Amino acid sequence: MSCELPRAMIHGYVDGELDAVRAAEFERHLEECPECVAMLESQESLRSSLHRAQLYEKAPPQLRQRVLASLPTAGPIPMSSRRRPLVAQWLAVAAVLLLLLYSGWRLIPGLDGRNNQNALAAQIVDAHLRSLQPGHLTDVISTDQHTVKPWFDGKVDFSPPVQDFANDGFPLQGGRLDVVAGRTVAALVYARRKHFVSVFIWPTAGKDTSTRTGTQQGYNWITWRKDGMEFYAVTDAAAPDLTELQRLISP
Amino acid sequence: MVDAQETERFNLLVLPHLDSAFNLARWLVRNRTDAEDITQEAMLRAYRFFGGFHGSDARAWVLQIVRNTCFTWLEKNRAPEPTAEFDEEVHVTNSITPEALAIASNNRDRLARALETLAPRFREVIVLRELEGCSYKEIAAITSIPIGTVMSALSRARHHLQLALGAPVGEEATHEL
Repeated sequence: MSCELPRAMIHGYVDGELDAVRAAEFERHLEECPECVAMLESQESLRSSLHRAQLYEKAPPQLRQRVLASLPTAGPIPMSSRRRPLVAQWLAVAAVLLLLLYSGWRLIPGLDGRNNQNALAAQIVDAHLRSLQPGHLTDVISTDQHTVKPWFDGKVDFSPPVQDFANDGFPLQGGRLDVVAGRTVAALVYARRKHFVSVFIWPTAGKDTSTRTGTQQGYNWITWRKDGMEFYAVTDAAAPDLTELQRLISP
Repeated sequence: MVDAQETERFNLLVLPHLDSAFNLARWLVRNRTDAEDITQEAMLRAYRFFGGFHGSDARAWVLQIVRNTCFTWLEKNRAPEPTAEFDEEVHVTNSITPEALAIASNNRDRLARALETLAPRFREVIVLRELEGCSYKEIAAITSIPIGTVMSALSRARHHLQLALGAPVGEEATHEL
């Protein structure tokens, strides 16, 4: 065996976990190492088999009910402060109300609920931040909408609208899967000058809504619903850029 | 209203990860019925300890609890688990590629069975990475293995999975980090 490279490095590469320098080194190595090329191909083939097999098993619906029913109604044990009986009774009532509210919210298809707007925005910004770590931005790297769109087939149970807006100053960079509020969503990545915009998309049964915008941790976000899809775009670029991108996506 | 706020925060941050919790438990204990009980127990535990959660990654936090609950359960209900050392002689059989296997109609069953033959410690990194899409950092946090060894753990796990699938593989074991 001629190859002296640690085998595990292939996995770091396949998983997009090598930093840019090591990834570039590895790619140079690939040019002269047929062994590693073969290993890489076999790893990629294993991964696509796993993904096609759709092994993910969701929780049965009754489990959610069971879990909700089993939670003590008085709330989690606080880190400090002793609870007084009267307070506990009120809390029990409040907790039951919250559970009812929560169940009600779960029954509404999609991820909506005005109370959850801020938490959702925080999750979206977190997902965007996570994606900016090396190797996480895109799972499918392509500026071609005809490559990115089919990539989502079989990975999500809906077909997200994918378009390249390079001529309008938002070149498509690729796409990835992300998880928002426990649901797998499609994420498209656009470049805007030196910034990136993540656009998260998932289906909703709700009616089209007007646009909402906000700022979270210094990141601008915009959200809207159009034709059964919910859109959430986030960026560190300026807020007007988001409005512009929204007009391109949902004219 | 501190407690009610906490409950709301729990419902908002933790409960959305119920699918992730169940999926991990299902693959670790290898059946849905036990996985349901374990998920419920883990959620209850998460609820109790929720006051101590101040991080930003609720999914990793929950999955860590689920994972630990599963391993405790596995120890208590110790069925004959496959050992970490896989008999490579027996399983390297022919030259069917995973690609060809994928075409087979029972691809899912086949992969599921192969995955289930792995030792739990290998199974969990595969599930976390390939099904749950966790980063190495998250995998390290969930499984308490040092982040520096996540890559080689995945390397070994995938190697065993390929062997279990009867696929030809390189000389992985001789070339670890």
